[in-house]
Formats: sequence, C-alpha cells, structure tokens
Amino acid sequence: MALEVTQILLNAQSIDAATRNHAEESLKQIQEQNLPAFLLSLSAELANNNKPIESRKLAGLILKNALDAKELHRKNDLAQRWLSLDLATKTQIKTSLLQTFSSPVSDARSTAAQVIAKVAGIELPHNQWPELIGSLLSNIHQVETHVKQATLETLGYVCEEVDPQVVDQEQVNRILTAVVQGMNATETSSDVRLAATRALYNALGFAQANFTNDMERDYIMRVVCEATQSSDVKIRQAAFECLVAISSTYYEKLAPYMQDIFNITSKAVREDEEPVALQAIEFWSSICDEEIDILDDYRSEYTGDSDVPCFYFIKQALPALVPMLLETLLKQEEDQDQDEGAWNIAMAGGTCLGLVARTVGDEIVPLVMPFIEENISKPDWRGREAATYAFGSILDGPSPGKLAPIVNVALNFMLAALSRDPNNHVKDTTAWTLGRIFEFLHGAAVETSVITQENCQQILTVLLQSMKDVPNVAEKACGALYFLAQGYEDEGSVSPLTPFFQDIFQMLLFVTHREDATESNLRTSAYEALNEVVRCSNDETAPIVMQLIPVIMLELHQTVEAQKLTSDERDKQNDLQGLLCGCLQVIIQKMGSIEGSKYAFMQYADQIMDLLLKVFASRNATVHEEAMLAIGALAYTAGPNFAKYMPQFYQYLEMGLQNFEEYQICAITVGVVGDLCRALEDKILPYCDGIMTQLLKNLSSNQLHRSVKPPIFSCFGDIALAIGENFEKYLLYAMPMLQSAAELSAHAVSQDDEMLEYTNQLRNGILEAYSGILQGFKSSPKTQALVPYAAHVLQFIDTMYGGREMDDAVMKSALGVLGDLADTLGSHVGPLISQSSSSKDLIEECMVYDDPLIRESAEWAKLAINRAVSG
Amino acid sequence: MAPPPDHRRPIKRAAISDQQRRREVALRLQADRRSDAQNRARQLASSVLSLGPEPATEPEVEPEQEMSEASGQLAGRSDLDPVRAARLRGPEVRKWFARQLLLPEWMVDVPPSLDRDWYVFPRPSGKRCFVVSSNGTTISRLRNGSILHRFPSNLPNGARTKDVSGPASSYSILDCIFHEPDETYYVIDMVCWRGYSLYDCTAEFRFFWLNSKLSETGASDPPSQYHRYRFNVVQIYECNLAGLQASYSGQVPYVKDGLLFFNKHAHYQAGNTPLALVWKDNVCSQYVLDTDSKGQIPSQQQVVLELQNDGNLTTSDDPPVALGSLSRDLIAQSGLRVGNLVRVAIKDERMRLVDGKLDLGELQLVGKTNHSRAFADTYSKVLFQHAARHAPLRIEDLVASIQSNSSMDNSQALDVEMEG
Repeated sequence: MALEVTQILLNAQSIDAATRNHAEESLKQIQEQNLPAFLLSLSAELANNNKPIESRKLAGLILKNALDAKELHRKNDLAQRWLSLDLATKTQIKTSLLQTFSSPVSDARSTAAQVIAKVAGIELPHNQWPELIGSLLSNIHQVETHVKQATLETLGYVCEEVDPQVVDQEQVNRILTAVVQGMNATETSSDVRLAATRALYNALGFAQANFTNDMERDYIMRVVCEATQSSDVKIRQAAFECLVAISSTYYEKLAPYMQDIFNITSKAVREDEEPVALQAIEFWSSICDEEIDILDDYRSEYTGDSDVPCFYFIKQALPALVPMLLETLLKQEEDQDQDEGAWNIAMAGGTCLGLVARTVGDEIVPLVMPFIEENISKPDWRGREAATYAFGSILDGPSPGKLAPIVNVALNFMLAALSRDPNNHVKDTTAWTLGRIFEFLHGAAVETSVITQENCQQILTVLLQSMKDVPNVAEKACGALYFLAQGYEDEGSVSPLTPFFQDIFQMLLFVTHREDATESNLRTSAYEALNEVVRCSNDETAPIVMQLIPVIMLELHQTVEAQKLTSDERDKQNDLQGLLCGCLQVIIQKMGSIEGSKYAFMQYADQIMDLLLKVFASRNATVHEEAMLAIGALAYTAGPNFAKYMPQFYQYLEMGLQNFEEYQICAITVGVVGDLCRALEDKILPYCDGIMTQLLKNLSSNQLHRSVKPPIFSCFGDIALAIGENFEKYLLYAMPMLQSAAELSAHAVSQDDEMLEYTNQLRNGILEAYSGILQGFKSSPKTQALVPYAAHVLQFIDTMYGGREMDDAVMKSALGVLGDLADTLGSHVGPLISQSSSSKDLIEECMVYDDPLIRESAEWAKLAINRAVSG
Repeated sequence: MAPPPDHRRPIKRAAISDQQRRREVALRLQADRRSDAQNRARQLASSVLSLGPEPATEPEVEPEQEMSEASGQLAGRSDLDPVRAARLRGPEVRKWFARQLLLPEWMVDVPPSLDRDWYVFPRPSGKRCFVVSSNGTTISRLRNGSILHRFPSNLPNGARTKDVSGPASSYSILDCIFHEPDETYYVIDMVCWRGYSLYDCTAEFRFFWLNSKLSETGASDPPSQYHRYRFNVVQIYECNLAGLQASYSGQVPYVKDGLLFFNKHAHYQAGNTPLALVWKDNVCSQYVLDTDSKGQIPSQQQVVLELQNDGNLTTSDDPPVALGSLSRDLIAQSGLRVGNLVRVAIKDERMRLVDGKLDLGELQLVGKTNHSRAFADTYSKVLFQHAARHAPLRIEDLVASIQSNSSMDNSQALDVEMEG
C-alpha cells in the first residue's frame, strides 16, 4: 500500500516557497492520516534505485526524524510510537532499509545506515531485532566493497546509538573483529578502511572486556597506530580521533604504547596536514585532562585517592613534549585574533601547553623560559607573539612562588609591549597574558600579589589607554581589567583602585559607545569589566557607583524607546539590553549590600522597576532572563517595600513561569519567586494562588525541562516559610506531588553521574520543601495538619539512607528535615522518629563526618529529636 | 579555519561568561538566603542579628517609658517571634538584647546535690556581655544592649577574611565577661555556634561544646590585625570538694569576682534563673558589699528598685516582687515617674522575713539611678546583700553541704526541673 511520494518529496525541496509549503503540508497530512503507510512509502522510496537521489535522501531524513528527536520527552514519544506499530510494517521497513545497502548510490546507503541505527536504538533495549547484528555481519567477507562499507558505517552508527549494556559480549566481539579487520592495512579499499576506522571510534565504548585482554588490546592498538600512517588523510585523521578517544576511555591501559604514540603524534604535529596535526595535539590535551582529574582526586580533602592511578605520562614526556608544543606556537595565522571561532595549530598547541602546565606545575617553567627569552624581542612578530603566548599559557599551574619573580621582571616589559608593540597580534596576546597574571597571581587567595599599590596605577594607565586600541586588543584589555578588579573584591576599604574609579567608569562607558564596539565582543567585555569593578566597590566608592545608575538607566531607556529597527539592529539592541540589565543587577546587589548606600539607592527603585517592566516587552530570552535576575536583586534589596510593584510585575512573573521553551527563564523566575517570598513574607499571600497553580502545572508537565523541577520544589518551601499556616490550603495538592517525586527519587537507580547528580538535586529540592513547610507551620494551631505526612517523610529519608547515594547537600538537608519534623511536630512524631533507621544511624554517621557543616547539622537534629522523643 | 572540538576550550577564550557568572551568583545567593531563612525559622538565634551601623555612644539616654517596658518584660525570648526580632533596629535591639542574657540569682542558701548536679568556676571581674560574630564583624553588647566593642576576631565569620566553613551570615553568640586589665574576653557560656542554637541544650553540653569548638577557631590566639581581642575559656570544675577548692583559692589569670555555679541540666534561660547562682565572699571578691553611686560602701544597705504606677517599688524578677512603696506626695516631690529606677536605703532594724518573704519596712529614698542602668535589683540580690551584712553564707557552709551530700543516699530527689 505504498503511496507515491516522489513528487511531493521533490517539491518539498523546491526553491519556490509556495510549492515547498504546499508539499510540506501534504507530507504532514499523509503522516497524520496513515502513519504506517507513510513510513512504508518513505522506506520504499529510499530503497528504490530508480528514484532520484534527492527524493531518496529526504525520504530517509524524514524517516529518521520520525524515530528520534533532541528533546527527551519527544524522543520517548517517538520511540513509543514506533514500538506500537504492527510487526509486519516494521519488518517491511527494516527489510527495505537493509536492501538499500546494495544500492550503488553512496548517499542512499549512508542515509539508510543512519536510519537503521535509530531503529536499533529503539528496538535493541527492548530485546527486539536481535538478529540485526548477525545479519549485518553474516556475509561481510563475501559482499561487494560498497556493501561492506555501508555495513561498517551502520555498525558505527548503531554503536553510537545504543548503550553498551544492551549488546552481549559475543556480539561485541563479532562487531570489533569485523571493524578491526576492516581497518587493517591489508584492506585494499580506502572507503572500507575509513568506514571501519570511524566505526571503531563509536565502538570503543563496547570494548571494555577486549581492552583488558592483552592480546586483543595489542591488536587493536597496532591496527589503530598503523591507520595513522595511511596514505589517506581522512583515515589518518579518523585514526588519531580513535587514539584521542582511547586516551580518555582506556587511560590506564596506555603505558605500553606511549613511546610509539609519542613518536607518531610528534611526527604528525610537525609534518602532517592541519586536521591530522590538530588531533595529534588533542591526544596530549586529553591525557592532560585525565591526569589533572586524577591528581585533583589525589589532592581532594575527603577521598585523597582516585579509582585510576596516575601514570605521570605528561611528566615523563615533558622534555620532548614541551619543545614540540613550543614549535607549534610559531605557526600562527594572520588575522586569527579577529575570528572568534578560529582554531589552528598554534592555538591548539598553546591550549595544550596550558594543560601541561596545570598537570606538572613548576617543572614546566625552566623548559619554557629559554624559548621566551629567545623569541620575546625578535624582529618577526611571530617570535614575540609566540613567546608571550607561551608565557601566558603557563601561568596557571606552577606555584605563585615560582612564577612571581619572573612576572615581577616581565611586568614592565609587558606593559611597554601593550603600549608600543607595532603588531596587533602581539598586543592582543600581551593584554591576555596580563589578564592571566592578574587572574592567577593577584588577589586575596595569593599570598604575595605581584600587584602593589605602586605598580597598580601604571597598570591601570596602560590598560585604559589600550581600550582605545583596535577592538580585539581593547577587548583583551577589558578582560585584564576584569581580573585586576576581581583581585580586590574582598579587599574592604583599602583597594588601590579607589582613586581611579571615576576614570575607569568613564573609559569603560566610552568603550561601550565605540562605533566598532560590536566587533570582537568588545562591548560585552567592557560591561563585564564594569560589573566587576562595581562588585569590588566599597563604602568609599559607593557614591561613584551611584552616579552610574542614572547613566545606565538612560541607556536602557533609549533601547526601550528605539523603534523601527532592522532585524540586525534588533539583535544588537537585544544584546545591549541584556548587558544593561545585567549591569543594573550587579549594581543593585552591591548597593543593597552596602548599608550606607542602600537608602540612597532605593530612591532609584521606582524608576528602575519602571524600566525593567518595559524591557519585558522584548521577546528575547536573554533579555528576559537578565531583567528577571535584576528584579530578583531589587526585590531582595527593597524587602517588604517591593509589594507596591507586585500588581504590575505579577503578569510578567506568571509569563516567566509559563515559559517552557526557554526553560532558563522559567528556572530564573522560579528563583525570583523565592526572592519575593523572602522579601515580602506574608505580603506575597494574594499572589500565591496564581503562583502555586502555575508551579503545580509545571511539575505535572513532561514538556518542562527537568532541571527546573528541583528548584520548583525548593520554591514550595520558600512559599510555605513566607506564608506560614496559610499554606494549609495547598497541602492537598503539594504534598502528593512531593510524595510521588520523593518515591521516584528515593528509588531512582542512577546509571551515570549526570543522572545521579540530577536525582540528588531533586531530593534536595524535595527536602527543602519539607523543611519550609514544617517550619512555616511551627507553633501554629494547624500543625496537626502535617502529622499524617510525617511517616512518609521519614520513609523517604530512610530509603535514601538505605540507598547510599546521597551527596553532602542532600545529607545536610535530610538532617535538617529530621530536626524540623521533631521541632514542629514534637511528641506527635516522637515514636515514629524513634523507629526510623535514618534518624539514629544517619545522624550518628554524620556526627563524625569530615564536613563541619554536616556534623553540626547532625548534632542539631539529634538535639531536636531528643527533645521530641523525651517530651 | 575549523572550529575547535566541542569540549576543548581555546586557552585564550574566557572560561565562563559574566552572564553565566551572574546567573550562578544569583542562584548561590538564593540558596544561601533560603538556608538563612530556614535556619532563622529553626530559631537558630538569628534574632540577635541586627548589626546595622549604630553609634556606640553610651550610656544611652532613652525615653523613660521605654525603660519601663524593657524591665517590665523580662520574660524569656519565647514571647518574641525570632523572625520578627531579626528585623528590630536601634533601641529595640538593645532592649531585646537586654532580655537575652542568662542572669544568675544570688546564692542565699545552698542548693541540694551541689556536688552532683552543679559546676563551679571563679567568675572573672569585668563587664558582662554578649559577643556576636557574623558577616565579617564581631560585636560585643553590654547587659543594657549598648555596644561595647566592634572588632574583627577569629570567631566564625568574625572578620573579613576568607572563611570557607559556611555562609558568612551564620553567626555565633558567646556569653562573656570582658576583663579590662588584660583586655580579654572570658567566655563563660556559648549560646549559638555557626548558626546553631545552643539555647535548648544543657549546660553540660554547652560547656563541652564551648571547650571543643572555641579552640578550633584560633579565637584564643593573641591579638593581631584581624583578631583584636583574645577569647579565653574559663576553667570549669565539677562542684565537688576539689573543684570548689580550686575555684575558691586557685590561681587564675584574671581578677576574681566571686564564684559562679551552673546546674548541669539547665538550658540557657534568658533572664533570672535559680539554675545559675553567684556567690562571693571577701576572699574571692573585692566587691562583696554593694557600693553607692559614689563608689562608697554605705552604712545602710541600699537597693535599686523600680517604681510602679501604684507607688510600689519592685525588683526586676519575673514576676516583680514588691518590696515597699513610696507615697504619692514623695513621688510628686521628687519628680519621679513610673518606671524610674530609684535607690533606697534600708533601715536594718526594720528588715524582716515574714513567712519566707522579705519585708523591708520603711524605705528611705536616696535618689534616681543613672540612665545606663537597665534593671532594678533582683530579690535574691537584696537577700544576699542583707545576709552578707549580717549572717553571710560562708565557704565552710558550701563545703559542709558537699560533704554531707556525698555521705547521703544518692536517691534523694532532685529539686530541679529537668527538661532533658
């Protein structure tokens, strides 16, 4: 019952918009009227060698999109839809797809390979289509080259799509055997060899068992290393990509191969084409990532150990590795600093050098210093830039004690170069290096800062002057000022920046008005630096920050009033509004926290609020988010006085809570509800019906991004704490939600770290909700209303305690809830608490915990419970 | 020029954007404030924290009426919602503070089971105060609520240094005596520690906590730029013979002013409590007998009482005890108003105990007291001062009580209300 879809598929790619729209509409209709027939037709189209390639490719693409989507809930819906199709239809579609492999048209084969992988991704976890891999591999040695290539490509996509656990070891062995044989130098077709190499990249995750077998591992490694020597650049690149993946997945198995890999990579870095050389550098960056993580674990206060031991590959390779990386720094491209997305050998080499410095620390310094000294004054700009870049790259890692003497000598040279070097690349890198110096060798955390009262003025003079330079240099100068200011954030009233506040603000505002401020991210950097300087203001400089408020408000006012903008102008306008709202947020936070300036600041509150409300007219997500954050800060600063803005603001609050698509806005708005609760306390009561309704809706929706759900639970707690026993009417709705979420999260089996982290966030949100509700009802005559829920709360904590996957934050919140239960419900729950395993064991366990906050939470909970139990 | 791989950030590109940072800061502030709000509701003594800038001028001159309110509401902290108390400002803060200190009664007779249920220690001579550390500052407040010092210290969040051990707004509250000669705060009790309330803990637990926690902070280090005053823990003894002896005649680094006795099972109770007692004689204190406003020991005992609107003169106990009265004429003549604290002299021969109650007989008005004084005398103080002049409770009496206790059957009922 296949439908004739060729013409429609071709029309859907027509350059004529009307034809196109009409065709798309038809496709949609067919899909809605008869999905099985639609899918069958598409698979038949793809498999039919008599059809034009354009319609075949689109048929495959639509088929693929009917099986998979980015959003998790949609993805699940589509999988469910496929599984519920009748068996005959599915079998026929799969047969068509496998048939396509024999097509002489490579695009059709490739498309079919991707669609098969999507079907496999849905069916294999449900133990369906068990014969797939067998049938793919059954005659791999007999088939024609192009079928072999398509088969290997498919295996790669299948491995990318499905979880290693759903494929048994025997099948894994067969896949790997086929793939590694395909990669072998004896394979004469380079298409097959390339497809096999790319397939191995995806199959590496399946090879855990094979990598523990010395012989099999040796074989795989030998084949991969041989492939890096192929005459085909694409195969060499794919082989190096495999090495990079192996370096992170099987770091602990690499020792026997490191000498060979070093030789291979250094040859590629020096001689091979850029895409290959970049991967060869990436191999070493990846090894650094691994060793940095392991060494971090070694240093970690709590564990002091790592699952994987450090083999110190970088340390051992250091004497040869560093010169190789330094050479790459001299291979800069002209104009690389103007292109924000640029990536080349010099940039990759410097990035890797920076990682090496973080891995080995002090040891890198003597290896890099000769290169710097040799090149820093070369007539060729490449030498000067490379020397500066090398210096800037190694500032994070070695101890300040090792670096400070060198930086002290270099500082004046750098300042002179930034002012006077004739080359923009050199100035760009010099300004960046200054920023790194301030980031890592200056500030409260550094014992002896390289910045003194004396040189600070000189530094500022040079930085401010450079802000008039070309946009990319000015942008780096703003960045350097950012870190210079950051170092004084905790300084109190003795900041050497104090006398220059006026000049700094003036220059930064000048930069934001430069005509070329949209180039090289300059305007954004200027506002970021401005924010940072505001953050480090104090009693003395607060009046100068205060003068900034009308200026920023005026700018924001102008953007709100601007009309008839082209779409390009509109984009720039949005960016600017976001930056201005962000700046206001920082000013509000700062002025609100300085007791002496709070009152003066509040005189602007009406005008600021007025402007922010107008900003919501913009349809841009970033702008909304920034405005919302600013309003949260204003609410906190204004306290109960914020109540007067609520009637106008409420509609935007509700809009924010309803914004599922841009879930960041929804999340920020949920946070602002918390700010409002703490600012308004019981004055938020009139708005609670609306807010609670929306929050409950959000929780029941499977369209809202899951990351917003934990904060919504926490927000329940905020509301309950603000309105106290008035929360009673929401208990009926909120408690079942909390209970079912608690049930789910308590029993959640976390397959990976990400899931575990999310589960713990959810648990924490739920516990915060319980705490807020319990505390809100404390000493209210309605306390009784909570007694029926106590058993479930305790059970939740008991189950989590039994599951042993609580992180510290959850543990602390759980202890808090135990205490709150006892504190609010007292003798009503005394016996229940006595029976709970967590109340005894968890508390005892936490009493001897390393983290003092957890220890003290436990001690507090114990006291509260003792009172409840004995009372 | 191809872009870098997804996970590889070019070293010259910033690690995070300021927008991301603003978002993170906002989330962190929200989380901190939520935990603050929850801790506050947990009655973690947040109430004490209205540390806004306030001139440290003293003695504070306040409207008379407020004085009367302050001394009239000596009930415990429970009558005030702590969430609301946190928002108090200025004079209200001081009044509130004035009600938070535990005030020992004077020992007029020896409590039973002294050796089993009590601690003893030599009381440092000096200014009794609450020390609060929070948000990078340490503030000490006297009994009348006025500020004694504002300074940086090694107490948790007591100075603007990097302290990673918790939110900067969590605070600690110590009950101290500031000893002028060595400029040291002697800590006699711990009320809150890092935001956790110890109000409802037994003295046994509080002293244990005090001894283990204070030493972790470096608060006992010698003064430095970020630690203006040293905090020392007073040595506390079990009230057995050895402990009493050590407290009474042992060498201490400070000037002694009598002995303090704490019931081990008692919670920190604001206001007057019989579960903490002070006792002194001429050996362990330079100031056994009260002095008058000129610093002289008057020939007749003088007491400070509060004038009520019915003309009665009352103590600062809760409820107040009327010890006499002034005639309306006298009140009018002297320009006294309700709530004034007045100093009166007792004619010794007139003072009697009737049915266990003190009757001072006719009182002789000496005058008004100065404004820095917040409270009238307590009933136990009047009794103690009277006894000190006539039939003092001697150290031998205390020793005898302990000796007889230790020989007695241990099953004797405790005369103490236990709250567990």
